[in-house]
Amino acid sequence: MSIFDLTIARASKALKAKEISAVELTTAYNGAVAALNPRLNAYITTTPELALEQAKAADARIAAGEATALTGIPIAMKDLFCTEGVRTTAASKILEPFVPPYESTVSAKLKAAGAVMLGKANLDEFAMGSSNITSGYGPVENPWKRVSDPDAKLVPGGSSGGSAAAVAARLALAATGTDTGGSIRQPASFTGLAGIKPTYGRCSRWGIVAFASSLDQAGPMARNVEDSAILLNAMAGFDEKDSTSAQREVPDFTRALTRGVKGLRIGIPAEYRLEGTNPEILALWEKGITWLREQGAEIVDISLPHTKYGLPVYYIVAPAEASSNLARYDGVRFGKRVDGVDLIDMYERTRAGGFGAEVKRRIMIGTYVLSHGYYDAYYLKAQKVRNLILRDFTNAFAKVDAILTPTAPSAAFGLGEKMDDPVTMYLNDVFTVPASLAGVPAMSIPAGLNAEGLPLGLQVIGKHFDEETVFAVSAAIENAAGFSALPELRAK
Amino acid sequence: MAYTLEGRTGIWEVVVGLEIHAQVISESKLFSGASATYGGAPNAHVSFVDAGFPGMLPVINKECVAQAVRTGLGLKAKINLFSRFDRKNYFYADLPNGYQISQFEHPIVGTGDVEIELQDGTIKHIGITRLHLEQDAGKSMHDQHASKSVIDLNRAGVALMEIVSEPDIRSPEEAGAYLRKIRQIVRYLGTCDGNMEEGSMRADVNVSVRKPGEEFRTRCEIKNVNSVRFVMHAVEAEAMRQIEVWESGGEVVQETRLYDPSKGETRSMRSKEDAHDYRYFPEPDLLPLILEQEFVDRLKAGLPELPDEKRERFCRDYAIPFYDAGVLVADQATADFYETVAKGRDGKLTANWMSGDFFAAMNRTGKSIENPPVSAADLGALLDLITDKTINGRIAKDVFEEMVETGKAPAAIVEEKGLRQVTDTGAIDAAVTKVLADNQDKVAEYKSGKDKLFGFFVGQVMKAMQGKGNPALVNEAVKKQLG
Repeated sequence: MSIFDLTIARASKALKAKEISAVELTTAYNGAVAALNPRLNAYITTTPELALEQAKAADARIAAGEATALTGIPIAMKDLFCTEGVRTTAASKILEPFVPPYESTVSAKLKAAGAVMLGKANLDEFAMGSSNITSGYGPVENPWKRVSDPDAKLVPGGSSGGSAAAVAARLALAATGTDTGGSIRQPASFTGLAGIKPTYGRCSRWGIVAFASSLDQAGPMARNVEDSAILLNAMAGFDEKDSTSAQREVPDFTRALTRGVKGLRIGIPAEYRLEGTNPEILALWEKGITWLREQGAEIVDISLPHTKYGLPVYYIVAPAEASSNLARYDGVRFGKRVDGVDLIDMYERTRAGGFGAEVKRRIMIGTYVLSHGYYDAYYLKAQKVRNLILRDFTNAFAKVDAILTPTAPSAAFGLGEKMDDPVTMYLNDVFTVPASLAGVPAMSIPAGLNAEGLPLGLQVIGKHFDEETVFAVSAAIENAAGFSALPELRAK
Repeated sequence: MAYTLEGRTGIWEVVVGLEIHAQVISESKLFSGASATYGGAPNAHVSFVDAGFPGMLPVINKECVAQAVRTGLGLKAKINLFSRFDRKNYFYADLPNGYQISQFEHPIVGTGDVEIELQDGTIKHIGITRLHLEQDAGKSMHDQHASKSVIDLNRAGVALMEIVSEPDIRSPEEAGAYLRKIRQIVRYLGTCDGNMEEGSMRADVNVSVRKPGEEFRTRCEIKNVNSVRFVMHAVEAEAMRQIEVWESGGEVVQETRLYDPSKGETRSMRSKEDAHDYRYFPEPDLLPLILEQEFVDRLKAGLPELPDEKRERFCRDYAIPFYDAGVLVADQATADFYETVAKGRDGKLTANWMSGDFFAAMNRTGKSIENPPVSAADLGALLDLITDKTINGRIAKDVFEEMVETGKAPAAIVEEKGLRQVTDTGAIDAAVTKVLADNQDKVAEYKSGKDKLFGFFVGQVMKAMQGKGNPALVNEAVKKQLG
């Protein structure tokens, strides 16, 4: 068995048993990154020296018997988390020279737990995208290949595409992601990973470059459900620096993994059976239903009547907040500046040169929907519908403990496909956006392969702050699915 | 008599509303832990939150909230237990986030009422529309470098209260009285230092004019006026300008204007068409601000006595006229000084001495009530010497000047200089006899009916006695000897 096949749980055991050292593990991963990253472009910035330093410290900590479950575990950090002394770009040219003098709360917690950071993972620019093609530092290649066309480059999904590709190709043992409308779950589905968007408020947003404040949430992306739970244990928790973070105890999520689903009521929402959905995905969904029923869950048909408004609402609320959140990138205090004849000219040149097309599009949409005379028709109405979507979930959760749906309407698609118009791309988020708008936790687990040999994911949605049930149901699906396929392109 | 302006076409009435920006007194800024102290080296009081760095988030400062609630209570206003912060979006180099966090739809304080007093003693009520909390911006300086602008973010993020009045103000005098009253209230409350020179209080003045009985006409907003006097001048100058526009057949357009104190006129800053679209929306980084009634009640219980109540109490407890009481409660320190002196003494006598010699000495010496020319204890001791007839009022004035000069206690000065009042009728009679003998011509005039000369004789006697004669006894003796 290769060192790259270890999960966090097993690597942690091996480290504590001194079967391997953190330096050995990190050296192996540093090597894999050096070998494969030039092709995959999963990392924007790699930090091999820093990783080795952290690995040495981890070994010392392990020797002292003070190791946590993450001490010495090499991970990729989505380049949306500000990391002290390490350049943080949000995949935007406008932040190309930006080296934060502070560390985000989530990355600081992982650091404190002894995790080793291999580098900063690529993403869609400012996390705006579903295929990682909007990155200012080039697209990421999905390590998975179509059986019929192994040369075609596929997208890893987005926006956490670099994190997804890095974990799938063994360029990291696990990774952090952020999810605003599906940015953890959809790439996890496209790359055969487990990834959870926790309840809004579960992880601090402090130090994460903001996209849409009322939706952004950090979460783990890993090889399996257990690793996700281990990572989330370290990432979650109240932070007084984030007023929207929840003042709640963080349970040990790994304890939920063996709960089983016996007696749980699992909702199947009729509205997710979209016309024209890929039959392979519908078939996988049916399989998931059968697996859960066989393990003793009760399957309940439910209705989330406002599901169809999810995408339009999301594409009003998220750009509105983004248009304001991104106003600070003006060339005055940090990041890139393009000089101009006066202040306005400097703003215009800086922002025109620094932002990519998708970011500009969303800033314009967001500015428009907040404008005088349009606010009521767009933003205000969207907020009202958002409340209805939340009510859909509240009503459903009166009857069921969790909800099962597909994660994405398709498997990974080719680089350059779905580029005809932005709306086609936005449709990727159709199954993930409602949970984001409602703020409820949702996880994608790999459940099977399509005819082309590409991974497909199922999504488990839970009640607010009930990640434990989400983990329990996800673990049950994982066990039944027995997903063990690996991408051809990976460190071996 | 209502204030009006006379135009070519008749009489015009002025309609004014004020938006006062008052900087909250607090240790740290509204949403960050950086110091809110005035001054300091440029950019010395700036956190990453204030500078709008990526990933930084605001956290509401509880003390600033408490200060806004105290101010609301002082304005007899409704405290909104539910309020919310919104983002006001616009680009400027000294606005780091590209938006100001303010309260748009749901301010922390609702409608209230303020009483102002005019020169002629009239009391008028000015309605308060609302008070909301917001962040200040930084400061841009364009004169420090040949080609660059320089930015100081020390003030960026400092808490401001915007206090909006109803358009109830009808004259420059009322505008001035209202602004002074708000300043007095926030100073009493300790929620804003009211220092207009340092910019911790400034006003946006909305002005329109109309013919008596008409509906409101279009208004203009004069931004950032920074003294009471300038507010009064700006109202008048802007009203005159608008009257001229209307009377020459034009139309006043809604716009933002600036007042130029050196020219005494307002000039256009930006028109309605150029007005920013601020794209307000609820601040997603903050939850709504929910106050508990108990929190408000606790603040209310801890409020100091406010000027209006204090003034009434002074009238009642110290038996002084309403006007005098108004002067004494102008600020808390003066009122406290007065009470220290007046306690157990004659309130009216104390009031007269404070508004007379004491204030005069304070102005002349450039001192303040916090660092007074004469301490409250010494002034009280002086009044005691008058009351127990050790010295008379005339001599007391000299003693007072000596106190100001030397800082000595009044009793010491009286002893040292032998200023005790003479009540020995023999000595007084002798002095009267001498004065009448020396001025026989005047005595003759007096006797032929020139009654006014009585005062002259009294004056001469006092002079002869170096002012120390007991005035009542001197009067009596002069009267007796003149027959």
